[in-house]
Amino acid sequence: MRSPVDDSSTAEQRRRDLTSPRTPAKIGLTVAALTGAAVLGVIGVRALSRNSGNVGRRFRHILDVLTNHRLADDASDDAQYESEELVGRTVTISRPRHELYAFWRDFGNLARILENIESVTELDERRSHWVVRAPAGTTVEWDSVIVEDIPDELISWESASGADVTNSGRIDFRDAPGGRGTLVTATIAYDPPAGAVGKLVARLFQREPKIQARRDLRRFKQFMETGEIATSRMNADVPGRADAAARAPVHETAGVPLH
Amino acid sequence: MRALTWQGKHDVRVATVPDPGIVNPRDAIIRVTSTAICGSDLHLYDHYIPGMKSGDILGHEFMGEVVDVGSDNRALSVGQRVVVPFVIACGGCFFCQKQQYAACDNSNPAEKADISEIAYGYPMTGAFGYSHMTGGYAGGQAEYVRVPYADIGPIVIPDGVDDERVLFLSDILPTGWMAAENCAIESGDTIAVWGCGPVGLFAIQSAFLQGAARVIAIDHYPHRLELAKTLGAEIIDYQDVKVREALVEMTGGIGPDACIDAVGMESHGMTLDNVVDQVKVSAGLGTDRPHVLRQVIMACRKGGRVSIPGVYGGFADKFPVGALMEKGLTIRTGQTHVQRYSDRLLQMILDGAIDTTFLISHRLPLEEAANGYRMFKEQQNEVTKVVLKPDGWRH
Repeated sequence: MRSPVDDSSTAEQRRRDLTSPRTPAKIGLTVAALTGAAVLGVIGVRALSRNSGNVGRRFRHILDVLTNHRLADDASDDAQYESEELVGRTVTISRPRHELYAFWRDFGNLARILENIESVTELDERRSHWVVRAPAGTTVEWDSVIVEDIPDELISWESASGADVTNSGRIDFRDAPGGRGTLVTATIAYDPPAGAVGKLVARLFQREPKIQARRDLRRFKQFMETGEIATSRMNADVPGRADAAARAPVHETAGVPLH
Repeated sequence: MRALTWQGKHDVRVATVPDPGIVNPRDAIIRVTSTAICGSDLHLYDHYIPGMKSGDILGHEFMGEVVDVGSDNRALSVGQRVVVPFVIACGGCFFCQKQQYAACDNSNPAEKADISEIAYGYPMTGAFGYSHMTGGYAGGQAEYVRVPYADIGPIVIPDGVDDERVLFLSDILPTGWMAAENCAIESGDTIAVWGCGPVGLFAIQSAFLQGAARVIAIDHYPHRLELAKTLGAEIIDYQDVKVREALVEMTGGIGPDACIDAVGMESHGMTLDNVVDQVKVSAGLGTDRPHVLRQVIMACRKGGRVSIPGVYGGFADKFPVGALMEKGLTIRTGQTHVQRYSDRLLQMILDGAIDTTFLISHRLPLEEAANGYRMFKEQQNEVTKVVLKPDGWRH
């Protein structure tokens, strides 16, 4: 892992890139909270291609690992690639641009769709305060300042000085071709902080930003298209992974074993 | 409540679990009155489908009575009887608007959708009781089920119509119907159907209703072949003859115009390719046993159509891509867009054009569901369909 403090010039360059004219590699945005490293895709593809002779076992293994959320542990060996500090993703949402822009511009809405956001408080027209859940029960906080705001087109922001995590991002809204709604592109750039807290935060930010970005964009799409966020929870009483945790059998009627 | 839970390969148990409740505004809670074990549940039972967790509640063919509705659900009301499609579809996304409900972009929860996005390139739709690849939704082999987007999916059943006449609207009837529709049947066509399980049998019925002149059914269980015959099909027992040669002879050298693979990833048969596939799967060197699919592609006529309702999950070895291309075959497949067919098929049932009750061979209380799975797995000749009654176990 690269030392985060040595990276300021690179990150500065990335921030400049982010506000310069768009190229495909740079398009995209997400709130700072969307961050986290694309371990998922990388091990998936690697494991599938590494040895085709074991494809069945690997395929099953990968999917079972994903299913059981043991990804981070299993992925540790694969996570040694360079930390990526710019992530982006585009989704098509079957709603008009102005509606999506308006929802996003009201930052108070975002805690509903962004998984790791504890709260977003608007301080004034351009400033908002973000509290984001980090590993081990900690939180990171910063003030965010809107840099550019073009109604129905884009919002970009950057963190104010003194942020736990220096970050900037933008979200673009463009008409999708063929009347398919709106192309929503989220991009985020960030600097992992130094020190012990920095390591924790880097863990969050470097391991999961792409995963977090695509999940949060899915939730945004779900909410705007269906009015709710899809969940397989069995009921509203049990928090978190209620669908699995709440299912501990009490009395069982076992079938006749086959073996 | 009581529910049938998956514990591991060949290990399912009825257990007491928490009752479901309304989570989202468009939800409904259904008290299940009838639920069936599906052939594709056996793929879970055999652990051929990845993404299962111990404790998952199975079942995706179910119907019952609405006992609670969410605040935004204006389509259903308490007391209505409904059949619930196994595909969970939002109705509002690009795919649902195209009536490709089984491709719904929103019903697989955001944190679960990664699994199938990696496996298949794009996330799959949500479905009841069918692994965490399809969302990890609790299934219908239970006393109660939480049904998301219940304002667009569930099919309201008129009073006085027995459960057993309409239960299969949940999956296997529309699946058989879509399998035939994917054959793009033209007048005078001969359709060959591999597998005379429930979907194969309904595909035979559907093919005739869609205008097929002949249907040829292929299996090796005498009772299932007999059922196919009563539906009007000619039959081939693959243990007696070479299937492709028989089909060539029966069609005067032309071959079947369209072929349906209603078997999927766990083919039977002691052919060389299938034995090799079995060894590979056991050793973790492969995922699927596509013997039937190979045979279908080889047997289909030049320029013909191949329809695949049978479930596959991973990769196929020795896939006859040359025959596929050189003969100019068209392949259509996919999980069933159930909601697309609901109204039409319900009307056909009410009109008496389709009867599906002949299929049901066994009725058990939910409490005996584990034995139901074992019977369905081990006695495929006699056990054509098991219907479970959740309120039966107390009596």
